[in-house]
Amino acid sequence: MGLLEKFLQIDRRWIFLAIAIAVVVPFFLPMGLPVVVTKPVRDLYNAVDAIPPNSEPLFISVDYAPSTIPELDPMTLAVLRHAFSKDIRVVALTLDPAGYGLAERALESVAREYGKERNKDYVYLGFQPGIAAVVLGMGTDIKGVFPEDAYGTPLSEIPMMDGIRNYDQIPLLITMASSGVIEAWVIYAHQPYGARIGAGVTAVMATDYYPFLDTGQLVGLLGGMRGAAEYEELIKHPDAGVRGMDSQSVIHVLIIVLIVLGNIAYFGSKKRSQEAKEPAA
Amino acid sequence: MRRQFPLFLCFIAGVFMAVQYFIPHPSVQVWYERILDWLQTLLAFAFLIGTVSLVRLHYHKIRHKASDRGYSFVLFAGLALMLAFGFTNRSPGSRFDHMFQYVQVPIEGTMFSLLAFYIASAAFRAFRARTVEATLLLAAASVVMLGRVPIGDLIHRSIPWAANWILNVPNMASKRGIMIGVGLGMMATALKIMLGIERAWMGGTD
Repeated sequence: MGLLEKFLQIDRRWIFLAIAIAVVVPFFLPMGLPVVVTKPVRDLYNAVDAIPPNSEPLFISVDYAPSTIPELDPMTLAVLRHAFSKDIRVVALTLDPAGYGLAERALESVAREYGKERNKDYVYLGFQPGIAAVVLGMGTDIKGVFPEDAYGTPLSEIPMMDGIRNYDQIPLLITMASSGVIEAWVIYAHQPYGARIGAGVTAVMATDYYPFLDTGQLVGLLGGMRGAAEYEELIKHPDAGVRGMDSQSVIHVLIIVLIVLGNIAYFGSKKRSQEAKEPAA
Repeated sequence: MRRQFPLFLCFIAGVFMAVQYFIPHPSVQVWYERILDWLQTLLAFAFLIGTVSLVRLHYHKIRHKASDRGYSFVLFAGLALMLAFGFTNRSPGSRFDHMFQYVQVPIEGTMFSLLAFYIASAAFRAFRARTVEATLLLAAASVVMLGRVPIGDLIHRSIPWAANWILNVPNMASKRGIMIGVGLGMMATALKIMLGIERAWMGGTD
């Protein structure tokens, strides 16, 4: 067996080790790579920034499960920090049962950072089953879908929710999603009721939602950890997104190098085996 | 009657939900909101059905002494604990919250993070430029991967530009085509269900 064949059959645990090193080392030796802000992220930032302080609230739907925390949690935190730093009120909800605790944790931690009070500066609606039914129902009567907040307080007793009846009183709704729930927001909230929707998605999902930007069905889009890092740059509060960019850069380069090496070894060994056959023929 | 009544209900509900979109009259909207309430109630029961189905599956595994029944015991323990904690207190800092934050979150995160290792290994072994199409895919993937991380900007300014072009032009064109196709397919399927041509949803095979 030649060197190229041996390389192609390398024990995959070596690759796993290389990946582990590529992920971990940049966290201890940060490279400080610059993050350039792209248009979809800037558009979402501008849409949040345009909401007047202490007026109608920004809605954030935390539609992801713990498996996608590394990509989507930094986005949620960055958007919440942006909102609270500008005294924009926030209403959070989730359409994913596993998102209940994640939304609560994000909301409570950022609210504490900025000294915000529950039911005065922010409201947590919790989870309701039935994605399409919830999104459609919010178009007619939010209090009909969420009669009380996540802690059992009737929405009619929360002054911040006075006058908030449907999408007409929501200046912007941002869904942080790890599934196709974005399409439900676009189809059932934007199309029939004209709701303004922004989104944050995992990197692998981002390509699916570019067409919605061009049509104006999404006002902006945060794609993967890069999207979070760009938003953190805009709010001048670098955190997990920016920190993760070094690791992600090294990992992407490593995967490309592995693909290139794999191809060189594959075609090299193929050529050699053909050359070895030809004299015999 | 057992088959015709559900078909009739499905037809009426389907036609109503399609037609109400074009009739903003209050009397229609009242029924629309009522149907949405029913829908939400029905979907809440789906969680119950899911739980019952899961319990039955694992109960059978334990009863028939399946080789992997140990996992079923873990499932029952987790289910019982989360139910007990959830019914007593779900506020931040509660036992329910701790079980979620310190057990479920790390478990799911760990499972998902394994993808990075397997993707790298699979890319090394399987991503080959055997054909023109595969080569194009390989080149596009490499450009987008580099263009979506800051190191791409450092290597060359044109890499992020090329990545954005791939996302905004060929990707968007193909996605639009797929989405329009999916939309038409959804409409056709909805019509088939409403008209009783497609009946698999009733539990049969026809």
